Amino acid sequence: MATVSPLREAKEGEIIAPGHTFGSVTDKISDIVQNDTIAIGWLASLAFAFMMLNILAISAAYLLYRGLGIWGINVPVSWGFAIVNFVWWIGIGHAGTLISAILLLLRQRWRTSINRFAEAMTLFAVACAGMFPLLHMGRPYFAYWLMPYPNTFGLWPQWRSPLVWDVFAVSTYATVSLLFWFVGLVPDLATLRDRATNKWTQTIFGLLAMGWRGSAIHWQRYEVAYGLLAALATPLVVSVHTVVSFDFAAGIVPGWHTTIFPPYFVAGAIYSGFAMVLTLAIPVRQVYNIKDFITTTHLDYMARIMLTTGLIVAYGYGIEAFMAWYSANKFEVAVMQNRFTGVIRWEYYMLILCNVLVPQLLWFKYVRTTPSVLFVISLIVNLGMWLERYVIVIGSLTRDNLPSSWGRYSGTIWDWGIYLGTIGLFLTLLLIFLRVLPMISIFEMKTLLPEAHPHGHGHDTKNHGHQESVK
Amino acid sequence: MSDPWDQNAALPPFGLLAEFKTVDELVDAANKVKTEGYKQTDAYSPYPVEGLTDALGHSLWLLPLVVLGGGLAGGLGGYMLQWFTSVYSYPLIVADRPFHSWPAFFPVTFECTILGASLSAVFGMFALNRLPMPYHPVFNVESFDKASRDRFFLCIRSIDPKYDAVETRKFLESLGPCEVQEVPE
Repeated sequence: MATVSPLREAKEGEIIAPGHTFGSVTDKISDIVQNDTIAIGWLASLAFAFMMLNILAISAAYLLYRGLGIWGINVPVSWGFAIVNFVWWIGIGHAGTLISAILLLLRQRWRTSINRFAEAMTLFAVACAGMFPLLHMGRPYFAYWLMPYPNTFGLWPQWRSPLVWDVFAVSTYATVSLLFWFVGLVPDLATLRDRATNKWTQTIFGLLAMGWRGSAIHWQRYEVAYGLLAALATPLVVSVHTVVSFDFAAGIVPGWHTTIFPPYFVAGAIYSGFAMVLTLAIPVRQVYNIKDFITTTHLDYMARIMLTTGLIVAYGYGIEAFMAWYSANKFEVAVMQNRFTGVIRWEYYMLILCNVLVPQLLWFKYVRTTPSVLFVISLIVNLGMWLERYVIVIGSLTRDNLPSSWGRYSGTIWDWGIYLGTIGLFLTLLLIFLRVLPMISIFEMKTLLPEAHPHGHGHDTKNHGHQESVK
Repeated sequence: MSDPWDQNAALPPFGLLAEFKTVDELVDAANKVKTEGYKQTDAYSPYPVEGLTDALGHSLWLLPLVVLGGGLAGGLGGYMLQWFTSVYSYPLIVADRPFHSWPAFFPVTFECTILGASLSAVFGMFALNRLPMPYHPVFNVESFDKASRDRFFLCIRSIDPKYDAVETRKFLESLGPCEVQEVPE
């Protein structure tokens, strides 16, 4: 592999190490994909992830064979791990869209180094999330009943139900995320096609690049389409977790029936998503030696977003407790008492520790810029966000309005199997992605270089005369 | 007279391709090409260069309208689907809500709007760009591989009324490129 090294490490505030050129950016990112060696570390990680994926295959196969009885769900908890995991995975996906769309519209140029990678994470997280409603259906072969299509029963989806809204929100989200990711990839696929030395890769990248040739006219439409997609994805990503929260908020179960849910769910989604981006980006930048592209400045900024959204989530926890007391609704009060002192208290204390207390360390610059510490915090936040959904789902369903409908819940080995299995699916897809597609947008990285912009930045005066001559 | 059915007859070239090392030279050249009066032109760069199509004098306005149309079609389609199924095809009383319970129809209408607009943005962009197009004459130029790496190209097509194999080449060479090559069709 050709070694391309920048002049020195990136300093604070620099989003790309100095000394890179168009050629060195191209080589460094494409060489990760276009080389003939297979790293032992990558292969070992893939083997491990694939093993976990097989846990999913076995758990899902046994589930289809035996039915939902192998899970811990029963009356009154008919929404167990499946919903917890669904919300957790969907939430993780949100950071990818936030990075690629919202930060693009806000002209945060640092997003460039991480957007491809984060969008891939979104796609794979949504794929994992999508498994759960399907498997939870009991009869997954009727999944198409969720879609409106003319049928001999004359039946249609119930449009007044948030669960139907969810089908539309999540499927639109998956489609738009895929389009956004693919559109972003096309120019880079053309770069890989032009660099390819082997007939096979040249053909494959050539087919995928669809004949992209970097024409100015194409670029102009491309930028319009990309900007519009970002503008469309921004309200979309907010709507997705809002609709997910409607699944709960529209029900009359105590602890769910609150108006804080949509903003609190969206903030929580971005919070967990950034935690996952950090969990993945920190080892990847280390292993692939791309610290000149994903600098500590990036880690710092992501940690700040995590801190901000974490504080919004903490505010949500506070308001939940306050509103329970202020509403004087005894069922709402009972839910909070159950969290503070009842059967769900250990999960609740752990959630407060993971999501509210530990992330306060992010106030310190040292923590935000030290990858190892940040990595541990990101794992803790991932865990905390899973516990949050567990407390919301299980806490409320096991302690409903009537004591006669109280119950107990615990996940079985098959619940855990499916959950761990989707982590395996996620990691497998991610590892394959890292090896076969450029994990950083090559063409967008080029726009970060000083020589990328005509006549800009005052460093170049020799060409300024021409505009007058044209007029 | 050349025989139009002669397979061996040389085709007229696609155009002339000038290669530049920096984006400044490219934008400079694009402006001069426009002032000179060439219309059938295009430029190639490894990343989007702001203002390059303006410099070449191309105005592109159709895509936003396509996206608007797609969004409206998606939104109206989504709403009409819900109206048709809830009011006309299978009216069903749920929790005493009216058949046409429009506030509940908003989330799906919204999602369908986004879906319609996004699909038309992506497929509209590819269609207007005439992609996929695996073959294009410029790929015949060997150094064009660098257009996706670190070089900038400017092409004047032979169908341009001002095109002249000798004069146009001279003009392009006066713009300071590292090379001017003929693009075979």
